[in-house]
Amino acid sequence: MSDATHRFTPDLSTSTGGIKSPNPFWLASAPPANSGAQIQRAFEAGWGGAVWKTLGAPIQNVSSRFGGHTIRGVHGAGFTNIELITDRPLEVNLREIAETKRLFPKNPIIVSLMVETEAEWREIIKKSIDAGADGLELNFGCPHGMCERGMGSAVGQEPKINERITSWAVKYSTVPVLVKLTPNVSDIVPHGLAAKRGGAHGVSLINTIKSIISVDIDRFVPEPRVGNLSSNGGYCGSAVKPIALHMVAALAREKDFGLPISGIGGVSNWRDAVEFILLGSSTVQVCTEVMLRGYGVVEDMIDGLEEYMRTHGFRTIPEMVGKAVPPFQEWGDLDLNYETVARIDTDKCIGCQLCVAACHDGAHQCIHPQEHTRVPRIDESECVGCNLCQIVCPVPGCITMEEVDNGFTPATWNQFVNDGIKLRPKKGAH
Amino acid sequence: MAPALTPNRSETAFEDFKLPLLRDAAVAEANRCLFCHDAPCIKACPTAIDIPQFIRKITTDNVRGSAKTIFESNILGMSCARVCPVEVLCVGACVYNELEQPPIEIGKLQRYATDRAYEAGWTFFEAGEPTGKRVALIGAGPASLAAAHELRRFGHACTIFEKRATIGGLNAFGVAPYKMKADRAMTEVEWVLSIGGIEVKTGVGVGSGTSTGANDVSLESLEREFDAVFVGVGLGADSKLGIPGEERAGVHGAVAWIEAMKLGAIDTKSIRRAAVIGGGNTAIDVVREVAGLGIPHVEMIYRGTREGMSGYAHEWTAALAEGAHAEWRAVATTIEGDAGRVERVRCVRVDDNKRPIAGSEFVVEADLVLLAIGQSKLGAMLASLGGITVESGRIRTDANGFTGRAKWYAGGDCRNGGKEVVNAAAEGKRAAQAIDAAISPKGRAHV
Repeated sequence: MSDATHRFTPDLSTSTGGIKSPNPFWLASAPPANSGAQIQRAFEAGWGGAVWKTLGAPIQNVSSRFGGHTIRGVHGAGFTNIELITDRPLEVNLREIAETKRLFPKNPIIVSLMVETEAEWREIIKKSIDAGADGLELNFGCPHGMCERGMGSAVGQEPKINERITSWAVKYSTVPVLVKLTPNVSDIVPHGLAAKRGGAHGVSLINTIKSIISVDIDRFVPEPRVGNLSSNGGYCGSAVKPIALHMVAALAREKDFGLPISGIGGVSNWRDAVEFILLGSSTVQVCTEVMLRGYGVVEDMIDGLEEYMRTHGFRTIPEMVGKAVPPFQEWGDLDLNYETVARIDTDKCIGCQLCVAACHDGAHQCIHPQEHTRVPRIDESECVGCNLCQIVCPVPGCITMEEVDNGFTPATWNQFVNDGIKLRPKKGAH
Repeated sequence: MAPALTPNRSETAFEDFKLPLLRDAAVAEANRCLFCHDAPCIKACPTAIDIPQFIRKITTDNVRGSAKTIFESNILGMSCARVCPVEVLCVGACVYNELEQPPIEIGKLQRYATDRAYEAGWTFFEAGEPTGKRVALIGAGPASLAAAHELRRFGHACTIFEKRATIGGLNAFGVAPYKMKADRAMTEVEWVLSIGGIEVKTGVGVGSGTSTGANDVSLESLEREFDAVFVGVGLGADSKLGIPGEERAGVHGAVAWIEAMKLGAIDTKSIRRAAVIGGGNTAIDVVREVAGLGIPHVEMIYRGTREGMSGYAHEWTAALAEGAHAEWRAVATTIEGDAGRVERVRCVRVDDNKRPIAGSEFVVEADLVLLAIGQSKLGAMLASLGGITVESGRIRTDANGFTGRAKWYAGGDCRNGGKEVVNAAAEGKRAAQAIDAAISPKGRAHV
């Protein structure tokens, strides 16, 4: 690729369900999108759009509200909250929506809503659109506090109610309607299809996952602690990304679905965003990383995404959307005759032998210590190509998984069961 | 019990060279540890502490468990955390070095865990059921302390004979004060002795037959009265150069001078220039100590090269940073001065074979000269006992410290010729296990 080709400026503009945005990075409906002043600062920092923290009937919050999950010393690798929808007066929010739209006309404001009756939906939709909302997001996902009152995830878990309320919103709205889906279901697809039947213009997912973040093991109370009690919260942050990616992809590959997706769940940097986009999201929403580090994280998100697009020759976001969806298949369609083995670069190996312990204790016992050197030996005749050694190796590029030409033609489990196609001999099945 | 230390010791002028880690820093550093399989750091530790395991316990705030892991292998783990030359032991073996990344700060993490144990007053060990056996230990340094503690876990009664008033050995009066001061060594001694059943007799020398001190005991009487004897006497007096002028005021053996500085107050106000003769770790220690006490100019005079000296490279790098100077390939020939005091050291360069090069004479001005060219070996004190071999002053033993004469064991500097505290701790513990295997009524086996 010539440098001239490489130096083009990619077009980051995108849209989800007809809501146009200068870039794919939106603030999710959450504490960072709680007020006009915050969202205006976020737009100044470079955020493309914002989903205003959910409007609805006034609530009262508890103290405390958040909890963090620490992994190997990294605080906030996972995160939880037991905060509810906005606790600010409706008129204040509406006034600030209008003011923010006036100051930042090009940045979409999507107003998140959660009310109960059809009349309430009609009224709050009208007020939101009058204030300047570019789109609506129906909060069918909140897994704590609101669901006990028949809202939030109580709606998202019930396709018929989801479809009905979506149809009300679509009926009364003159702007695009996104349905925010809860992950607290066994299969996301019927819930996405319900939103589609209700007439939604797109979906956003995932909302937070029902969870207990941790337990105070001295007080014997789960966290976050409210006096001497606690309650289940909504899990989010980096740790939930794999769950979110799967749910996004499951909808993106569903042939009867086809709605635009705003991806949410552990997006902390441009790499995460690229993954969501490749699996079918046209925008991504971020909350936890902003809560932990502030709005400034968007600068690297934009920079990194542009550089990635240049490197891969993507000139627009739509060229990228869903690019990794077709390879996402059922297990039964994977090629059982495809074979890889691990190889160790002896020059790079530092002799920590993490691969030895991992393979012996956690895999298939094919990596062995050797005499007179700390560099282990891989028994390729037993290596099943599982990747574990590569995952634990602390040295970049030291362990590689290399494809082996074993002479067998590709064969899936389904082909084996249906047609009796020949499979290569098993390895590591001693 | 040993007399209390005087508070106005010269060593109190020093700050810790390696600062302790606070909790968050310790956890962050501990989380960097890869938890290597068959870890090289363990192999590099003379006491074979399970380093990855104690570090992992720090990551989960299981500091008590971490300290226990350390002390199980090395009861002197608190002082070793400070005084070990980790750069050439565990830290030097860390695989991060291969990656050209900073190795794990194992010494600081060990200090974090062991200091917490001392602060909290955690105890981990109890004396074993009394066996009725008695073991004598000669010398109250790290080797004997480690041996006695292990012997008490087996239930054997211990008596330590120390000719000085101060117990703790080199940990108390020899360790560089920017690593550890004497009061900390005393705290450790008390902590070790708290297992109970270790009698310490200070001011009691041990000699062969014709000992002179009023309180002294003879080797023969020890052999008669005890079921086993462990010799952990360390090294003797500073060696002399054997050159004219060595008797002048202002010329001291380095080890003796360090002891005076650590246990008492020495006056360095009038000293402008110091010369240290030698190139080993005692020489570099004393260079750094002299510099640290504010003596303006310090010159190390060594007959070999910087690359060839036995002192650790990392220590010399630190000495250089503290303003030290050196004359390499140089030997002192005469110490001169007026009115019986030292004023200068006459030197000459030497060739590769340590032969003086004619015409290369030069003078190093100095009003303090410290000789760090080794210490006498004390193995000869056992010469009267048949069956014990003494080689170049060192007591020869098998790998477990057994001398070859029934009942007699040895460990630490008197056996290895002068190594680290951690070597003494390891040898003392190994000898204790060998003694136990020999005298225990149950005939315990030790691996």
